[in-house]
Amino acid sequence: MTIHAIAVQEGTGAVLEATDVVKVLGVGAGEVRALKGVSLSLAPGELTLLMGPSGSGKTTLLSVLGCMMTPTEGTVRICGHSTKGAGPEELAKLRRNHIGFIFQSYHLFPTLTALDNVRLALDVRGEHGREAVARAKEALTTVGLAHKTKSFPRELSGGEQQRVAIARAIVGNAPIILADEPTAALDSKNGHAIMEVLARIAKDPTRAVLVVTHDPRIVPFAQRIIHIEDGCIVGEERGGGERSGEERNVSEDGSIDEAHGIEEEDSIKTKRKRMQR
Amino acid sequence: MTVMSQLFASLAFKLARRNLFHDRLRFVATVIGIVFSIVLVTVQLGLYLGFGRMVTTMIDHASGDLWIMPTGTKSFEDPSPLDERKRFAALSVNGVTDVTAVVIGFAEWRLPGGGATPVFIIGYDVRAPGLHPWNVIAGSIESLSIPNTVAVDQTYFERLGVTGVGSIAEIREQKVEVVAVTKGIRSFTTTPYVFTSLDRARAYTGTSAAKATFLLVHLAPNADIDNIRTRLRTTLTDVEVLTQAEFHERSRTFWLFDTGAGAALFAGALLGMIVGTVIVAQTLYSSTKDHINEFATLRAIGSSGRYIHTVIIWQALLNAFIGFTIAASIGFVIVHLTAESALPILMTPGLTVVLFALTVFMCVTSAISAIVKVMRIDPAMVFTR
Repeated sequence: MTIHAIAVQEGTGAVLEATDVVKVLGVGAGEVRALKGVSLSLAPGELTLLMGPSGSGKTTLLSVLGCMMTPTEGTVRICGHSTKGAGPEELAKLRRNHIGFIFQSYHLFPTLTALDNVRLALDVRGEHGREAVARAKEALTTVGLAHKTKSFPRELSGGEQQRVAIARAIVGNAPIILADEPTAALDSKNGHAIMEVLARIAKDPTRAVLVVTHDPRIVPFAQRIIHIEDGCIVGEERGGGERSGEERNVSEDGSIDEAHGIEEEDSIKTKRKRMQR
Repeated sequence: MTVMSQLFASLAFKLARRNLFHDRLRFVATVIGIVFSIVLVTVQLGLYLGFGRMVTTMIDHASGDLWIMPTGTKSFEDPSPLDERKRFAALSVNGVTDVTAVVIGFAEWRLPGGGATPVFIIGYDVRAPGLHPWNVIAGSIESLSIPNTVAVDQTYFERLGVTGVGSIAEIREQKVEVVAVTKGIRSFTTTPYVFTSLDRARAYTGTSAAKATFLLVHLAPNADIDNIRTRLRTTLTDVEVLTQAEFHERSRTFWLFDTGAGAALFAGALLGMIVGTVIVAQTLYSSTKDHINEFATLRAIGSSGRYIHTVIIWQALLNAFIGFTIAASIGFVIVHLTAESALPILMTPGLTVVLFALTVFMCVTSAISAIVKVMRIDPAMVFTR
């Protein structure tokens, strides 16, 4: 089976499909072919890692898949909607309705509380009022920050800020979650806790999670690992992420038992070693 | 939910407010800029209104339906003589109930303690309706029927060297006695108005007995003013017949526009607007630049351009509301302080509304540069910052 055939899962109800995507950046002498015919699809219920060295085209691919730019050639379909010929406003609409983003440096609004930061994702969709507040609180509860709704980003640790960002990404029930190096700015304990949250989110059968990373420590959380180099997908493998393995850290109300999650680091390390073998 | 409650329920307003107050120093600088600008505009437009009202104050306080004046008269203070016999010709027109003469002109007022100052004499028929002094606070205007008596405004006591009713001075080497004192009848030329009887006015200004400056025409109730005016124009030669409103507008236009005074005031107001717009635009632009990551994040999470514009416009409007409130308060203090001056600054409800609209316009216009900046944001920049 070719790499292309493995990467593209046609007809499987994929929420995101990229076919033969080419992206050329710059013009003239500065022209760079950042993506050279990339095809992949994301199926709901999976956490996929996109791994590759610096300059391999990870961020460009994430930008194209995240509808922040359109491909020079090829097609990207988000929940059946093609981005071909879409203008900035149509792309923004696709993003707000179908995609949740998690960034390496969180990108929270420093002047807004955790609750308002999460609400913002609903606000841009025109959802205001009590229902929006309730949903934002629910999302914060899901990531284990029910007690931090009124905290400002400066009052939160890096891990907590990233969890607020995750809450913001999931509050609108986006079927696609794209995360750019979500653990890069965190220590191992917090990085581990964040990946646990993402892995649990990925178990939702309506949601696909794609994590761009160069951190091998998070491989155990993934069901798929796609390798990219020099603008091409060079390999894909099945990961050891367990669809129900992390449920022991989730309390009955759906919130994360953070302390427990961190204490479980040793068992994860063991799992990672097993994966590496 | 109504549109307004939806607007306030949206986080766009909160985000704008927090962005604005986040950097207090810049916010204070912006508000000072707006306040400076709007106070300048208030003073200029207030002066325009005050000047406009002062130059027509005599016309506005005269009771009469039509003014007859020599052809080419530019304003009330333009003393060209006309033949007073035209008064009888005007009286012969059906519908005219009374015609009274007004004589105006400059004269020299000799101060009791020595020295002299120019005054503007207004002579009127003390026994007939027409142009009489108003706001009399001492003495009585009936006393002006006594020969060599005058009414002056208390504002000019020092200039005229008098202290009130009973004071004696001299005009054209004729002794005059102050028998009535008014309050607030001020001349924009700073030359004091002196009211007196018709014959005394002629004597003080050197106008011949058969001459007058204006004829004020009173019409019968329900008379057809246009018809009578046409007949007066036919009957009388070398004169113009204007309604009260027309003469008001002619005087105002002459002083405000033909002399260039109004244009200068408008230029000052325009300058204030430009200064304010530049200050607000500069601060909004730099604020937007400082928050560019946040705007890029907003764009990345899918906000529409409209949503981001709303945040920036809210910032501009908040600037406008706060700046206008302070500027209007200062404006009202200035209005109060200049109320008794030679050229009071006027603030009317209409001007207040206009100033508010100008402030909002200025601030929203200022937001354009910030909006242009935001529209160029590449949402993908959030991955690299």
